[in-house]
Amino acid sequence: MDVRAEVVDILAGFALFADLTTPELENLVDIFDEQMFSEGERVVRQGLSSAAFYVILDGAATIRVDGKDRATLRPGDFFGEISCLLGEPPVADIVAERPLRCLVLPAESLEGFLVGHPRVLFRLLQGEARKVRTTTRWLT
Amino acid sequence: MADLINRPFPPGRYPLLVVGSGPGALQLTYCLTRLGVEHAVISADDTPGGMFRKWPIFQRMLSWTKPFADHEKPTRAYERYDWNSLLSDDEQLRAIMPTVMDGTSYFPSRPEMEKGLVTFAQRAGLKVRYGCRWESTRREGDDFVVVTTDGEYRAPAAVFATGVAEPWRPNVLQVEGVQQYGELRAAESYADKRIFIVGKQNSGFEIATGLLPWARQIILASPSPTKLSVDTRSLVGVRARYVQPYEDWALAGGVVILDASIESVEKTGQTYKVHTKSPSGAATDFEVDDVIAATGFVAPLRDLAQLGVATFGASRLPAMTPFWESSSLPGLFFAGTLMQASGGLKKHGIPSNSGAVQGYRYNARVLALHLAATRFGYRPDRPSIRPDEVVAFVLEQASRGPELWHQRSYLARVVETGSGGGMVDAGIQPLAHFVDAGGPDAVAVTLENNGRDDPYPAVYARVKGAVKEHLLAPHPLLEFTGADYQKELADRLQPLLGSALTRSAS
Repeated sequence: MDVRAEVVDILAGFALFADLTTPELENLVDIFDEQMFSEGERVVRQGLSSAAFYVILDGAATIRVDGKDRATLRPGDFFGEISCLLGEPPVADIVAERPLRCLVLPAESLEGFLVGHPRVLFRLLQGEARKVRTTTRWLT
Repeated sequence: MADLINRPFPPGRYPLLVVGSGPGALQLTYCLTRLGVEHAVISADDTPGGMFRKWPIFQRMLSWTKPFADHEKPTRAYERYDWNSLLSDDEQLRAIMPTVMDGTSYFPSRPEMEKGLVTFAQRAGLKVRYGCRWESTRREGDDFVVVTTDGEYRAPAAVFATGVAEPWRPNVLQVEGVQQYGELRAAESYADKRIFIVGKQNSGFEIATGLLPWARQIILASPSPTKLSVDTRSLVGVRARYVQPYEDWALAGGVVILDASIESVEKTGQTYKVHTKSPSGAATDFEVDDVIAATGFVAPLRDLAQLGVATFGASRLPAMTPFWESSSLPGLFFAGTLMQASGGLKKHGIPSNSGAVQGYRYNARVLALHLAATRFGYRPDRPSIRPDEVVAFVLEQASRGPELWHQRSYLARVVETGSGGGMVDAGIQPLAHFVDAGGPDAVAVTLENNGRDDPYPAVYARVKGAVKEHLLAPHPLLEFTGADYQKELADRLQPLLGSALTRSAS
């Protein structure tokens, strides 16, 4: 199967892109870069500058804060958006739990992408709301 | 032509096998030989040069070699201005490219590039078994078995430097008569033709530039907007040499540049109908005489994926570690332009230059040292640096270290605490390895680009396993050795250099 068609098939099943048409999903393959990370490799590094927005295509990743594992991310999950939006270094490591395949968009391109795809922006906001809810539950 | 009688490296077992004879393989075998690492090199080609024997199609490189620069040839600092020469510690082998160029352009022509590589291989006495084509691969115990047209090679480790040079096209362009980068007709045969080029990266714009004097109309189309390297301040985007079609479009000269996906292509007699759709859904159809796919390249890895090499992306690049070893099949390494698959930190979304000679020639030197140290017992020389000299050393590397200029945020110069407690020069290392692998207290310096400003030094200090980043200010003349930089860096490195630094400053 053509690699791009395979990625489009994967993306079509993700909540983040649920409102996009097939041509729009095909365009994502051009807009995003694809990266692969080995088991144990750091994808995002706590405290180091520069950021990117990642969407997991395949594999799993651990959110690690100050060396402590906090949660696991799976296909369809996304990360990196907080440091992209705030322009600050990441507050957690993201570490590949097993071979991890991601679509990646540099922070510098995220605003333009989200403004151009308001339905993705809305879905991303829903994801952020879930994260705030989970964090609030932890705190209470 | 290959010397078919006195060919080195007959089939058999070797400690290490290198496949390829492009600049990546030549640089690697040169470095391995200097380190005393026994290895064999085989290549399907019959002369050195790799893809530069046939590409780029319109003759000149995208990488420059300045015959005159602010540093004398053949110093190490001059390498920053010479993107094409292979590296050596022997003066006779350094800065070869400016000596084989005729001075009409600072972008070498393809024959000049090939001549430079042949000259390097000859002067260095590099041995390659040419005319020996890799056909298949398998594992037997701890060995890789590489089956070739000459017989079987066995080795516990192998390096593939076979390029990312197989043109790729999507299914929608699998239509009779659609041409591809690398298989175009003579330029004059496109006279008075309407040409539709799919792809708006360098290869698409290279073709458009070459056909501008001939074509009646040129349409360039792909979903993403065109990026220009002069805007991204990096090699991301179309290089200035190929921007003429862009200007033609901007000035309404006849070229059409379209952000649209290709829905279908139909051949209708001698012409083609190309159906496109813009991101907003607007459909536009074109009737043209020629359709050319400039839609990227894939890595010709033959059966390595079936053997266990994980690949990713449209170019099917092998997933690899910071030392360019397959992350799924240990013992199998990659050199040359395949090294771009090891992405490093990719800060601000800007990739390394590992896809080009000026980047991967330095990777090859690091890989050779890594192979020698991890598999052949080689112990690299690590000169001592007095603690009060570390700051000046680091800033000098940031100002003139060619590895750091060509491989920003990717390769770093490392000074670390040696076994005796003093500071030692630990050489050039992948930055991702430095920040992730842990180790003794150390400092790493590289150059960083953010896509907006001039490059600036990025310093990473590792103290008790924790890495802190210090970004220094840019300088309009790219010179970072002044008193202000020294003071700031000395303050930043105080926790690392401790009392020795305090003593030297007082």
